[in-house]
Amino acid sequence: MNDKGKIIAGIIIFFVVATFPFWFNMFVEKTPAPELVLTAKAQAAKVCVRDTAFMKANHMQLLDEWRDTVVRKAERIYVNAEGKEFNMSLSNTCLDCHSNKAEFCDRCHQYASIEPYCWDCHIDNPKETK
Amino acid sequence: MEDSRRRFLKIAGIAALGMGTAPVIDAVAASGGHGAAPHMRKGDDALTAKQWGLVIDTTKLDHEKVEHIIEACHSTHNVPNISAAKVGQKVATRHEIKWIWETHYHNAFTDLRPQYLSEDVEERPFLVLCNHCEEPPCVQACPTQATFKRPDGIVLMDFHRCIGCRFCMAACPYGSRSFNLRDPRPFIEKTNLAFPTRTKGVVEKCNFCAERLAVGQPPACVEASEGAMVFGDLEDPHSEIREVLREHYTIRRKVSLGTGPAVYYII
Repeated sequence: MNDKGKIIAGIIIFFVVATFPFWFNMFVEKTPAPELVLTAKAQAAKVCVRDTAFMKANHMQLLDEWRDTVVRKAERIYVNAEGKEFNMSLSNTCLDCHSNKAEFCDRCHQYASIEPYCWDCHIDNPKETK
Repeated sequence: MEDSRRRFLKIAGIAALGMGTAPVIDAVAASGGHGAAPHMRKGDDALTAKQWGLVIDTTKLDHEKVEHIIEACHSTHNVPNISAAKVGQKVATRHEIKWIWETHYHNAFTDLRPQYLSEDVEERPFLVLCNHCEEPPCVQACPTQATFKRPDGIVLMDFHRCIGCRFCMAACPYGSRSFNLRDPRPFIEKTNLAFPTRTKGVVEKCNFCAERLAVGQPPACVEASEGAMVFGDLEDPHSEIREVLREHYTIRRKVSLGTGPAVYYII
C-alpha cells in the first residue's frame, strides 16, 4: 500500500469538515440569546397558564393540545393546577397578555430558526391592530 | 464455571426486579403532585344538543333581509369578499368563498320542481348553507378526518388538518364548500379579531357558529334574521324548532340522496 499518506490526509480532512460546527462555535462569538419583553399586563399577571419553565419548554405542545381539544372535543376552558380558568384561544387569550408578538414570540422563534404557521390564520395582535 | 452462572442468575434476577418496580415508582411519582392536575372542560354557558337543526321561514325573507343575514355571517367569520371589481368577473366566480348565500328555488330544490311554479316562490330568495347532514358525505370523503361530525350534529372542519384535496367539495351535493385558491386576507373588508381567518389551500364552510354556541349564543344568521330562522335541537321533541316543524309544512334539499339534511324550509 503506497496510499497511506493520501488516506490519512483524507481522514483528517473529513474529520475537520465533519466537526466544523463544533469548533466553529468554539472560536466564533455566540449570538446572544434573545431578550424577552413582557408587557405590563403579562408582568402584572406574574405567572402564565402554567409555570414559566413549563411554558418555555412546552408551550408548543400545550398549544397543540389546546387546538385539538377546542376544535375536536369542543372543550374551550382550561383549568390549571391552581384552579384558574382560561379560554383556550391563541389570539384571544395568549395574545391578550402577550400583545407584543414581535418582541415576545418572533424574537425567540427567529433565534431558533422556527417559522410557525399559526399566524397564517390566527390573527396576530387582537389588541393593537384596531 | 459454577461461579459465573451463579453470578449471571443473580444479576438477571436483580435486573428483573428493577424493571418490575419501574412502573410502580412512576405511578407514585405521578400521583404525588401539588394541587389537581390541569384539565379541560366545556364552558358553563355552552349550548348542547343531539342534532342541531335550522328552520328557515322563506315567507318572512326578502332580498334586503337575506343580504343582511349573509353579511352578519360573513363578517363574523372573516369570509373574504373576492369581488369582480378587484379580480375580474371570471376569477371572482371561480374563487368565490361563501358560507351562506342566496339562490333561487329551482337551484335549491332541484328534485322538487313543479312544471309551473308559483310566481311568488319563483321570485323569493332562498338562503342556502351547509345542511349539517345526519349522514354527511363530505365526512366520508375526507382522507384526513379534517371534516368530522360532532356529537351535537355539527359537521365541523378542522382547518389545521385540511390538506386541500377537495374530495369533500366533490362529495357535497349542496355545493356548501368553498376552496381558498388564494390568500383570503386581502379580501376581508373588516376583520373580526376574535375569529381566525383561513389560509390559502384549505376548504371552508359554515360551522353552525360552533364558536358562538360554545359561549351560549345562537348562530349569527339566526340572530340577524329577526325571527325568520329558528335554531334548535331536532332530537328534543320539546324544543322550539320541533314546535315550528309541527306547525308548518317544511321541505329539505335533496332528501332523496339520503344525507339527512338538518336545514328545513317553510315555503
